[in-house]
Amino acid sequence: MNVDQKLYEIIKDFGIDLVLSVPCIFLKGILDLINERKEILHIPVTREEEGVGIAAGAYLGGKRPAILMQNSGLGNSINAIKSLLELYDIPVIFIMSHRGGKDEKILAQIPMGKIINKLLEVIGIKTWSIKSSKEIIKLNEAIIYSQECNCSVGVLLQKSLWSEEI
Amino acid sequence: MKRFDAIKKIVEILDEEFVVCNIGIPSKELFHLKDRPQNFYMMGSMGLASSIALGLAISQPEKKIWCIEGDGSLLMNLGSLSTIANVNPSNLTLIVIDNGSYGSTGDQCTYTSNKTNLEVIAEGAGFKSIVKITKVEEIKYILRDLGKGCHFVLIKTNPGSALVSNIPLKPIEIKNRFMQSFTEN
Repeated sequence: MNVDQKLYEIIKDFGIDLVLSVPCIFLKGILDLINERKEILHIPVTREEEGVGIAAGAYLGGKRPAILMQNSGLGNSINAIKSLLELYDIPVIFIMSHRGGKDEKILAQIPMGKIINKLLEVIGIKTWSIKSSKEIIKLNEAIIYSQECNCSVGVLLQKSLWSEEI
Repeated sequence: MKRFDAIKKIVEILDEEFVVCNIGIPSKELFHLKDRPQNFYMMGSMGLASSIALGLAISQPEKKIWCIEGDGSLLMNLGSLSTIANVNPSNLTLIVIDNGSYGSTGDQCTYTSNKTNLEVIAEGAGFKSIVKITKVEEIKYILRDLGKGCHFVLIKTNPGSALVSNIPLKPIEIKNRFMQSFTEN
């Protein structure tokens, strides 16, 4: 199984039945799998904050949602994370490609990429960082933690996770 | 017609519908007119009422979901119209009470009081069922006769709000009784 398949299997096996997404080139593989297999409902959204709203509504209706996005999307979601998810105790899994790291070529990704860990800490979202395929198991931990504490969690997928395979 | 008059007519025909209501005075007016566990009052995250309603519609496809939204908050999240129209759930009615103003913050004008037309935006987003209401007495009949589908209902009103007190419920109470009402209804 490649990295995308492993991530997909965990998302499915741990009961996530709705994915909201804003695409990233690093998430292409996993988004393609979600679309092909049709086991998890997938709604592409126009902006990350909108995804937070849909996720919240779906949770109220009994679904277990995750949002797939670039880490930059966190900036578009902060008010909704605090004044919707936290206010009403609604847990959402944020699975983010971490752009703007050491070998990032797109300069625009760097300012948000540098502060993402601090930002998540300030917001109060416990986060797991996955750098290699061996660490993919951390995604299980994050999902279980979210279920147990009934709180939103973050997972940062590092570029090195995929570069192992190239 | 003001927003309060429109909500009054909406609650007259409320039956088994689950309602997501926009933040601020709209939620207070709804609470004042007809509080029920099937009402989800937004206390924050301005702009996300229609998104929350979409999430509910796809997760509870057998239930009727109504969203009471405003012009100012819808303008914050216009992308939501594209998503809703493309997902096209068969159980969602988006009721936009367009009073051309930010009613909860002192009636500052929104752009719908000038050039912006939400009906045309909804059509461009892909909605197939669009109704515009300008007379208060039409509200009941139009809402009652909407069948299954994904509907955009624009109610044009004047600015102004009723003098209603804050909602005494805690957000967690609102959530818990709302979620519970899905299993009971």
